[in-house]
Amino acid sequence: MSDAMFDAGVKEYREHYWDDSYVPSDTDILAAFRVTPQPEVAREEAAAAVAAESSTGTWTTVWTDALTDLGRYRARAYRIASVPGSTEQFIAYIAYPLDLFEEGSVVNLMSSIVGNVFGFKAVRALRLEDLRLPVAYLKTFQGPPHGIRVERDKLNKHGRPLLGCTIKPKLGLSPRNYGRAVYECLRGGLDFTKDDENINSQPFMRWRDRYEFVMEAVRKAEADTGERKGHYLNVTAGSFEDQMERAEFAKELGAPIIMVDYLTAGFTAHTSLSKWCRRNGMLLHCHRAMHAVIDRQKEHGIHWRVLAKWLRMAGGDHVHNGTVVGKLEGDRAATMAVNDLLREDFVPEDPSRGVYFDQSWASLPPVFPVASGGIHVWHMPDLVAIFGDDAVLQFGGGTLGHPWGNAAGATANRVALEACVQARNEGRDIVAEGPEILKSAAKSSPELRAAMETWKDIRFEFDEVDRLDVSDVPVGAGAAGKGGSA
Amino acid sequence: MTRRLETFSYLPPMTAEQVRAQVANVVDRGLVPWVEYATDPAAGDHLWNLWRLPMTDLPSLEHVLAEVDACAEANPRANIRLVGYDPTRQNQAVAFVVRAAAASR
Repeated sequence: MSDAMFDAGVKEYREHYWDDSYVPSDTDILAAFRVTPQPEVAREEAAAAVAAESSTGTWTTVWTDALTDLGRYRARAYRIASVPGSTEQFIAYIAYPLDLFEEGSVVNLMSSIVGNVFGFKAVRALRLEDLRLPVAYLKTFQGPPHGIRVERDKLNKHGRPLLGCTIKPKLGLSPRNYGRAVYECLRGGLDFTKDDENINSQPFMRWRDRYEFVMEAVRKAEADTGERKGHYLNVTAGSFEDQMERAEFAKELGAPIIMVDYLTAGFTAHTSLSKWCRRNGMLLHCHRAMHAVIDRQKEHGIHWRVLAKWLRMAGGDHVHNGTVVGKLEGDRAATMAVNDLLREDFVPEDPSRGVYFDQSWASLPPVFPVASGGIHVWHMPDLVAIFGDDAVLQFGGGTLGHPWGNAAGATANRVALEACVQARNEGRDIVAEGPEILKSAAKSSPELRAAMETWKDIRFEFDEVDRLDVSDVPVGAGAAGKGGSA
Repeated sequence: MTRRLETFSYLPPMTAEQVRAQVANVVDRGLVPWVEYATDPAAGDHLWNLWRLPMTDLPSLEHVLAEVDACAEANPRANIRLVGYDPTRQNQAVAFVVRAAAASR
């Protein structure tokens, strides 16, 4: 020991990274982690270990620690909350000083907060439940290229949700047949059609051919109806250069909107595209392929609300969220909270909705949530009631599966949508009276009548895997973070 | 191919009572109403003609309906659109054709 040049060795993390007297500052980034520690590790130690490993700490002391003002740079675990019904799991609240992060980089935020720490042996499982992004940090992000209000003004569509449809079969159509399918949907009354997430540039349909046939369909449908239309041209590609070549060609053809798979493309490629869209007046639709790998398991990973917040920071004009009523996973209260996080400028902490912190968005534009997956005309009253006007409702099978084809399917959905909005504005309870509203609208719409007959008994009733326990977060948890988000 | 005029244009033409209910919704929500009109318009056109000025002084339902009628009387062949504008969000919360010219239905 006598020849040691500094105090070498392994220390308990809590010595430096646990501080329950710490009051988070308005500029701190706050995180709520669901921690499942190894059985022999104390809660404070596990929470401190997460704080350390996601900020300045490493497993052993190093002499260069003394060259750093660790007091300024280290994260602090400042609060622990129990998870009702679990003796193992708990929620750790951690505050990160702003200087740990590069401005305008979701990538840097991810590499720190959801980096190595998720493989750390002292915890058996770890899930990032929520993040409070301080106004000071948000002001370094562009956010959505346009946002809901500018998109509505550009498209001249007001006072109702927008309607879309993903073209199916998702793989295998030739470019010309694909363009036909797009045209039929748009002329029938949809606002948008969409490439599926895995339509990129395969042998059966190269991207350039698809773009040309699709844009001919969009232009003709606009000329026919007088309404503005769009198709989300998927520019996701194997390299950044290919992605941008596709975006540039979409612009050259006059496309109003493109799309990207923001998680599989990665945040660097996505953020560059988002900034290009702002510069070029292009709307950006974002698909969340791969999210369920990351967000579906309750014990480990990243909650969807965090991935959604990152999207709003990096920027997108639309992003897929749950439907509540369709075929895909999504607890209702949690889904509605994410809608708020995408659309509102301020969202208050609310444990019953899984919102762990107040979040102010500092005027970053709002994002259209997209409800898609296993929905059809009978769901329309619920969807309009749940989502309100500022959402894109996408009926894939629910348009293309109409017995008379895409145009009739599109018309059925548009009639059902408008009937629900009209009834809602008249003050009627569209959930309770939904079936009557639809039946009444169907009297003047044979398309809607046929759609209602086709899908009258379809339900997707499975149990949620990631069910939100209402008592998940104790009331008042995270209250120390409130000051920064006023 | 049928030309359409955006929100509610896929429903049968509204009765006077139905129009009244939609306008009442605009007034009750405290939105700023205004009237636009255009002859042979496309729904996607941003610049229909503005009838007088936006009614920024919380007008009554009867007043708004009277403005629609006055616009229709002065422009018998025009499509007439009512907008309900939300000044806090700086966006049109509502916009729909209250009276469609016969030719465009």
